[in-house]
Amino acid sequence: MSTISCSDLCKYYQQGDAVIKGLDHVSLEIEQGSFICLSGPSGSGKTTLLNAIGGLDSLDSGEISIDGERVDLLGKAALADLRLYRIGFVFQAYNLIPVLSARENVEFVMQVQGVSAAERKNRSLRILQEVGLEGMEDRRPAQLSGGQQQRVAVARAIVSQPKLVLADEPTANLDSASMEKLMEHFRELNRVHKVTFLIATHDQRVMAWAERRISMEDGRVTRDELQQIR
Amino acid sequence: MAMPLNALSVLAWRNLWRNYRRTLIMLLAIALGAWAMIFMTALLRGMVDDMVRQGIAALPGHLQLHAAAYRDDPSVTHSFPAPDRALLGVLGGEQATAWTSRIKVPAMISSEYENRGVTLLGVDPGGELALGFKPEDIVEGRFLDAADDPGVVIGRKLLQRLETRLGKRVVLMSQDPDNAIAEGGFRIVGVFKAELGSREEGIVYAGRDVVQAMLGIGTGVSEIAVLGRDYQAPEPLVAAIRAVVPADREVLSWLELDPYLATMMRVMNGFVLVWMVVIFLALSFGLVNTLMMAVFERVREIGLMRALGMRPSAIVYQILVESAMLLALGLLTGNLLAIATVIPLKDGIDVSVVSQGMEMMGASSVLYPVLLWPDLLLANVVVIVLGMITSLLPAWRAAQYRPVEALSRT
Repeated sequence: MSTISCSDLCKYYQQGDAVIKGLDHVSLEIEQGSFICLSGPSGSGKTTLLNAIGGLDSLDSGEISIDGERVDLLGKAALADLRLYRIGFVFQAYNLIPVLSARENVEFVMQVQGVSAAERKNRSLRILQEVGLEGMEDRRPAQLSGGQQQRVAVARAIVSQPKLVLADEPTANLDSASMEKLMEHFRELNRVHKVTFLIATHDQRVMAWAERRISMEDGRVTRDELQQIR
Repeated sequence: MAMPLNALSVLAWRNLWRNYRRTLIMLLAIALGAWAMIFMTALLRGMVDDMVRQGIAALPGHLQLHAAAYRDDPSVTHSFPAPDRALLGVLGGEQATAWTSRIKVPAMISSEYENRGVTLLGVDPGGELALGFKPEDIVEGRFLDAADDPGVVIGRKLLQRLETRLGKRVVLMSQDPDNAIAEGGFRIVGVFKAELGSREEGIVYAGRDVVQAMLGIGTGVSEIAVLGRDYQAPEPLVAAIRAVVPADREVLSWLELDPYLATMMRVMNGFVLVWMVVIFLALSFGLVNTLMMAVFERVREIGLMRALGMRPSAIVYQILVESAMLLALGLLTGNLLAIATVIPLKDGIDVSVVSQGMEMMGASSVLYPVLLWPDLLLANVVVIVLGMITSLLPAWRAAQYRPVEALSRT
């Protein structure tokens, strides 16, 4: 069964007299448990596609279904629930809540989900250890480096084990070792828990981890190919 | 899924102190607003209470019994016999705490230099004292000893107007039931002071028996004044007395005898609410501005929370919790400030510089703030309820951001 089905997605932006093509008739089928990289230059539509699939942005036309449910037809509350329970986001900028500590940021989604305090603590400490932030749990984002903040954001995205992770440049601020560790973690989640990963990246090293690579340009899919898994 | 309140509270509390200067200024504004609401209400309550107290003391009594036509023509022709057994039964019963009968007629008082129109009260001194005449209000000489005391007690101002003094004789002149002149000579045995200058200038106390004899009305009286247990609820006692007196008698509570006072009492509650709402309106601009600024500064975070699965309603709750905390802290400070201001003023505020104006309203020149728990509660409820309603605008604005647009804000 297809996890994500995108059919003829169009999203245009008006910029002065010019029309920018965010998504231009994009159609995709993404199987459950896929590990996919979206590549392409800046402005090619990678982030727009992730936002559309995650229900963060509306479409001008086209249909998106996740597990058979039409995302483009959902209301605000239903979209919020979809994101809360089924999708993990890693944003281009780290996007942490500045008044919460690293652990509290990681716990945020679980807190909204209503997970018990003990369970939240247990899972957040474990995931922070896995992303190499042991001992930094109580630091606020301002007390963490860019790479550390990105790892907190990644931990937040995967801690509640969503079925789909949408990651926009997740390794942008990570050194090679951290990047390797993070990608290993992603792959493990993908293999063991069948979590679907859709990662937008410029990083060739990240692309090497993907089993399927989708290239975009000017809002269009220019290449969609399977590749040898690293 | 709604976010648990404790989690929203943690977020709201921390967000509140991100810009602590702005929060402190807003807290100060709310505290001062609450203080102004509570303290000014206590002053107003004190003034109205004083007006009612003075009004009841001036009548006197919580209710009065007259001949039906007496109030239109308060002359001796509208006197009536002393209380009979049935009326005495009610007056000596559970509901009445004190009573007295008096003759109250218009009269002319003359000294060797001046004369004045006054109200002559023929009283039983024991009854007057029971109804609230204070012995300490006698500033010279003494009060009447008994109903047959041949002296008179006059007010301080009247003494000055008549250019006379304690111990001198005055002549009191009125009309008997046949409209013939009835007069008598009296020695001034005492001088009293009163909160209201009009009382000092317009009331003359003489012995009841002496006045009855002078007017030739036997044991007749003009009015019976009665004190009940609760001045705010005189109706049961009025009904009990009405049931035992003839139909040509009029039994009226102080609320009917002094409609101005009764209206003041009724208007007071509405005025307090209007006063509180007006102060809140001034506050609300600051509150909305603070919350709007807080929302504008956190658009990106709000977008993030929405992106992570927080429903728009949860965003509304978060802003409302933040507003509730701000209001609660401000109110707590304002309440403490108001209580701390009222307690040291329990012995009264001397407003004698505006005593004439106060007197015109029927209030005395010492203002006693009256802090009532219902007023305190009302001020807090007004601020919380209107504050939360006012906060709905910034909260609604915050919930309307589209995640993708909010996240792209820098």
